[in-house]
Amino acid sequence: MLTKRIIPCLDVKDGRVVKGTSFVQLRDAGDPVALASFYYQQGADELVFLDISATPEGRDTLVEAVERISEQVFMPLTVGGGLRTTADMRRLLKAGADKVSINTAAVLTPELIQEGAEKFGSQCIVVAIDAKRLDTSPEPKWEVYIHSGQQPTGIDALLWARQAVQKGAGEILLTSIDADGHRAGYDIELTRAVSEAVTVPVIASGGAGELEDLYQALVTGKADAVLAASIFHYGTYSIPETKAYLAKKGLPVRIDR
Amino acid sequence: MIAVIDYGAGNLRSVANAIARLGYQPRITSAARDLLKAQAIILPGVGAAGNTMENLRNLGLVDLLKKLIADNRPFFGVCIGLQVLFTGTEEGGWHNCLGIIPGRVKKLPDGLKVPHMGWNQVRQRVSHPLFEGIPDGADFYFVHSYYGEPEDNSLVVGETDYGITMGSVIARDNLVATQFHPEKSGEHGLKMYDNFIRRALATRTP
Repeated sequence: MLTKRIIPCLDVKDGRVVKGTSFVQLRDAGDPVALASFYYQQGADELVFLDISATPEGRDTLVEAVERISEQVFMPLTVGGGLRTTADMRRLLKAGADKVSINTAAVLTPELIQEGAEKFGSQCIVVAIDAKRLDTSPEPKWEVYIHSGQQPTGIDALLWARQAVQKGAGEILLTSIDADGHRAGYDIELTRAVSEAVTVPVIASGGAGELEDLYQALVTGKADAVLAASIFHYGTYSIPETKAYLAKKGLPVRIDR
Repeated sequence: MIAVIDYGAGNLRSVANAIARLGYQPRITSAARDLLKAQAIILPGVGAAGNTMENLRNLGLVDLLKKLIADNRPFFGVCIGLQVLFTGTEEGGWHNCLGIIPGRVKKLPDGLKVPHMGWNQVRQRVSHPLFEGIPDGADFYFVHSYYGEPEDNSLVVGETDYGITMGSVIARDNLVATQFHPEKSGEHGLKMYDNFIRRALATRTP
């Protein structure tokens, strides 16, 4: 049976992991290579790197980091943040990334999804969607935001998810802007709505605080994978602890490494 | 020398990194002279089998690969590298493939998320050297929308359930192929490459 994936997310700026981590085990908690190895040893199922560098030089250092990570870590790597062209994608895939994630660029130029899928295969193309609940709507609706959640687009999240898949997205990385950073649980309704709307896997993101939140996103939200940052980085829960919890509740997870 | 075939696509670097990690020297190549003297050949792959065939044809490697495999040269096909071994694929209309394994490559059934993406168990149907030191039912990383179905079911040495039961490890003589990516499957994946290479080096001198 296909197992549910547990995915730590690392924010990288100028080649360094930011949003502080508190691993006592690591001498340098900002080193993406050391962190990737740590999560690999722990049994994470996949890693997502989100580049928040503002400069081309900053992005170059990420490409170098991906090269070094893929020499040491034998698990799937997804890299996103600031990708605008298929040339950007190629550079990261060549460096050792398995998938690339596009967000703002996909909304502004949806052909990029198709071009990427044609060049590298759908399985490489993750479309990341940042969605915010519309308070004004009588039935639940969510709007797509771009530019790191700063700019509303007027686009319906479910509609966009379907379009992205039609154009060739192999996976959706779905973040609830409302839930993100609050550690009060994922937006289950949003996760379920998107997961039921598309035929490709959906990664739920934003809001993980307790292990039960992950369970709910996977079961009630019907997500195929859950992404979390702070609960793992600050050591609130370890990967083995997380998997033991989910396994005990009857979910298929990968326990051995 | 362990050759990793470069046909302009695919996750060559990850495969080469895995081989290097095991202490061997991979050579990423599409040159016939390299393949002719390679002790083992790995054909990695992502994307579509039709495109891969086209690339192999353009590189003039189709007949060479058929001959090397017929001569029992140790060969490992990964993902699309498994699919191109079949008679043909239904992906994007019918495309003829290498025809080394009689059978067809078919789309995964509707009703489940496609691609089949993530870690899934491989049931060992028989004891095979490729599985040495790897527990029965260990998880490996899959990402694919099509799967190969050999006419001769006895070639399936490992199988995986996803809506259907599919052959996830296929073996015949010195030819092995996996639908999953050993280079993305942690320590069990590395062990599988090591099993393959050690056996290849034992059967052939440089």
